[in-house]
Amino acid sequence: MSDIITNDSVYQTDSLIAEDIDAYLDVHQHKTMLRFITCGSVDDGKSTLIGRLLYDSKMIFEDQLEALQADSKRVGTQGQEIDFALLVDGLAAEREQGITIDVAYRFFATEKRKFIVADTPGHEQYTRNMVTGASTADLAVILIDARKGILTQTRRHSYLAHLIGIRNIVLAVNKMDLVGYDQAIFDKIVADYTEFAASIGIAAFTPMPISGFKGDNITGPSENTPWYAGPALIEHLETVEVNSAVDADKPFRMPVQWVNRPNLDFRGFSGLIATGTVKPGDAIRVLPSGKTSTISRIVTMDGDLDQAVAGQSVTLCFADEIDCSRGDVIALADNPPQAADQFEATIVWMADEEMLPSRSYWLKIGTQMVTATIQQPKYQVNVNTMEHLAAKTLDLNAIGVANLSTDKQIVFEPYAQNRTLGGFILIDKISNATVAAGMLHFSLRRAQNVHWQATDVSRDFHAGLKNQKPAVLWFTGLSGAGKSTIANLVEKKLARMNRHTFLLDGDNVRHGLNKDLGFTDADRVENIRRVGEVAKLMTDAGLIVITAFISPFRSERDMVRQMMQPGEFIEVHIDTPLADAEARDVKGLYKKARSGQLKNFTGIDSPYEAPLDPEIRVDTVAMSADEAADAIVARLIP
Amino acid sequence: MADAKTLTHLERLEAESIHILREVVSEAEKPVMLYSVGKDSAVMLHLARKAFYPSPPPFPLLHVDTTWKFQEMYKLRDRMAQESGMELLVYQNQEAKDRGINPFDHGALHTDMWKTEGLKQALNLYGFDAAFGGARRDEEKSRAKERIFSFRTASHGWDPKNQRPELWNLYNARKAKGESIRIFPISNWTELDIWQYIHLNDIPIVPLYFSAKRPTVERDGMLLMVDDDRFPLEPGEVPVERSIRFRTLGCYPLTGAVESEAATLPEVIQEMLLTTTSERQGRAIDKDAGGAGMEKKKQEGYF
Repeated sequence: MSDIITNDSVYQTDSLIAEDIDAYLDVHQHKTMLRFITCGSVDDGKSTLIGRLLYDSKMIFEDQLEALQADSKRVGTQGQEIDFALLVDGLAAEREQGITIDVAYRFFATEKRKFIVADTPGHEQYTRNMVTGASTADLAVILIDARKGILTQTRRHSYLAHLIGIRNIVLAVNKMDLVGYDQAIFDKIVADYTEFAASIGIAAFTPMPISGFKGDNITGPSENTPWYAGPALIEHLETVEVNSAVDADKPFRMPVQWVNRPNLDFRGFSGLIATGTVKPGDAIRVLPSGKTSTISRIVTMDGDLDQAVAGQSVTLCFADEIDCSRGDVIALADNPPQAADQFEATIVWMADEEMLPSRSYWLKIGTQMVTATIQQPKYQVNVNTMEHLAAKTLDLNAIGVANLSTDKQIVFEPYAQNRTLGGFILIDKISNATVAAGMLHFSLRRAQNVHWQATDVSRDFHAGLKNQKPAVLWFTGLSGAGKSTIANLVEKKLARMNRHTFLLDGDNVRHGLNKDLGFTDADRVENIRRVGEVAKLMTDAGLIVITAFISPFRSERDMVRQMMQPGEFIEVHIDTPLADAEARDVKGLYKKARSGQLKNFTGIDSPYEAPLDPEIRVDTVAMSADEAADAIVARLIP
Repeated sequence: MADAKTLTHLERLEAESIHILREVVSEAEKPVMLYSVGKDSAVMLHLARKAFYPSPPPFPLLHVDTTWKFQEMYKLRDRMAQESGMELLVYQNQEAKDRGINPFDHGALHTDMWKTEGLKQALNLYGFDAAFGGARRDEEKSRAKERIFSFRTASHGWDPKNQRPELWNLYNARKAKGESIRIFPISNWTELDIWQYIHLNDIPIVPLYFSAKRPTVERDGMLLMVDDDRFPLEPGEVPVERSIRFRTLGCYPLTGAVESEAATLPEVIQEMLLTTTSERQGRAIDKDAGGAGMEKKKQEGYF
């Protein structure tokens, strides 16, 4: 005990407890709460720091201290001194191995705040535990051994903390006692870290020189570091802003957990407010239906509330009887989130069994549960170097970026804006294990605004008036393959049969709707997306739509296919060998591309991905344009 | 509140617990709340009433009875069931009853048969697939690492190496037929939080938590209360009236009292804050099997 330096200046609540318990309770009652994680590698002194925080804040009782002293002598690593790590390492298996293998939660309080610490492991194979601990944290303490400086693990922990969206990062340079409290060592580590932090997008962090073992700069300024003017660890933890306060300033959103219906006279919608503030009289919208109403009451057992904010669990009543059930999201009427079913997301794989790109998993986001399939990752991130690596799958503790699609639209927001509507887990449908966590970046179909205007004249009615079945004839093929020519003939033939049609031609669309787009891969994708959306609206109007675009990428053609009603998308591959198309070169484009005047030309320096299984394939070498048009019309109207 | 937008720690804890209770009711087929009548159960029950108000909580209370609880506990149990409008199920292990298993003669077997086995039998009998429990992470080292949703095999075992990761406030409640979940809605509450919440919300608790003159005897360094005439007194032993109270409540022959004058909630809290031993210290159960007592018990199916 003699070596333990305690500085309980911030913990001097004892006198108040003894003298005026009511005053103490009043103080305690008004405390806020901060959740944080500590991360460091095995020897950075993480458990010792947590043990120190518990000890200094009087969370260790005499009987626990006695057991700790006995354990320290028996299996401790600090000789005869107290090994705080033993206090924190919980499970028998890990006590034997001497390492922390899971996330453990610890509690302590000061005069200003209550703290929940997630103790997360430093071992490489336990990325999933750190991500788990970080997901509920307002702040991360990244521990560095002053003798060792920034290690691979430091970079990994920092990257993960940043990935999960922790805005407050403390760089705790620990074991300063073992380097003689040398300012130069501290400054060098901070300089190194500043450079690294900027490279991964961490804008700000708070560095501090500490000793968990000796207690320097933990509860108050240390005499050993007169050159350090910043806050002590506890001081900083007591004053940083918590997430829920930030969330309260965002637009109102509440995922519905449960419909409360004790009798016919009461119907309330229960949930935890994710962001924003709500008051009786507020205009709200229920998503994805888009139905609107106003809040009539905020019901709690302690009486109705005038206002509720992010982080509170409440029951809301509406002024109108509108449909609303578990999985729906109640939001501010004039600023609702969107719904979509295709996304780009970061995925952290957490299961021994690797991710299978075509398999369907349960996806839980907020209170919504849907089926999701994940595409092959665009890349995997090496968490030590932050390099992007090609990957066919993700295995345990791998982090990657991939597109995913869901069987139903989900109400969402990008994770960076809203953790509740952007963070999800994936569940294996057979084992029921939680196999991954993910963070949505954006939807791949941004035009899918969910607050549809409900219309009385339906899609079927439109089609019925025209006495036809809507369809999209999607022509794809190389430049000069004959798409526009054949499409034009098809439209003429259909018009003669009294069919209501519209031809969307690549060149024409680029003069207006898409005149802001060029020919990079990204712009080509956007070009097709917009055309797909326009075609979809036209099918809603009952039209037969004919499109003539190179549309070189399979994934975008499939994306458009998925936008349409089943059976309405008819892919027509105008199959002309490159040599033939180039020989025709009606517009002189191939010549320009070959000479380098035209960049990103499909077939020359930009790929064309032919359809694998088109509904119709037209071999322009074997048949004329007119024969091809007859064949297509015959397929559409047998 | 510190300001209009920053919730206090108790408000955040309350909201989290209510969220957990509602998730389970929405996703489980047949939930139940284990009700032990202690202060933690009292808070958990209060939170359940808040979560579903104005409806009564849509699940029954289950008391796995050992027949050795304090009389005051049985009284409060029946009263709270009535006040909350919930069905109360009381289960006693018939085999333990038939064999006369008791804490005086059978030691650890008493806890094993009445509580661990009794709980398993009750869950199997009624087919509950989700059971709320009032355990807190600050109580004990192995609890600190247990998830809020804790999965049990069809034989009710716990595998600490194979827990599901819990991210944000997303809980995965899916399970195979026969498997069940134990859910701990007050995982993140500390002993002080519990007392403060009881104080603020005026939640009824067993009077044994408050100091009063009670008949006691001393056994193995523990102060035990002679709650009924089943207590086997040594020849010549006479119970002594002492001013005592309890920090934790279980079977009366296994629960140590502390000498105290704290007769009101603030005084109880004051005493707790100034005390130097942890609350489970008065319980015999943690001392079995060395440092890993509770962890071993949980693997066998104890809550």
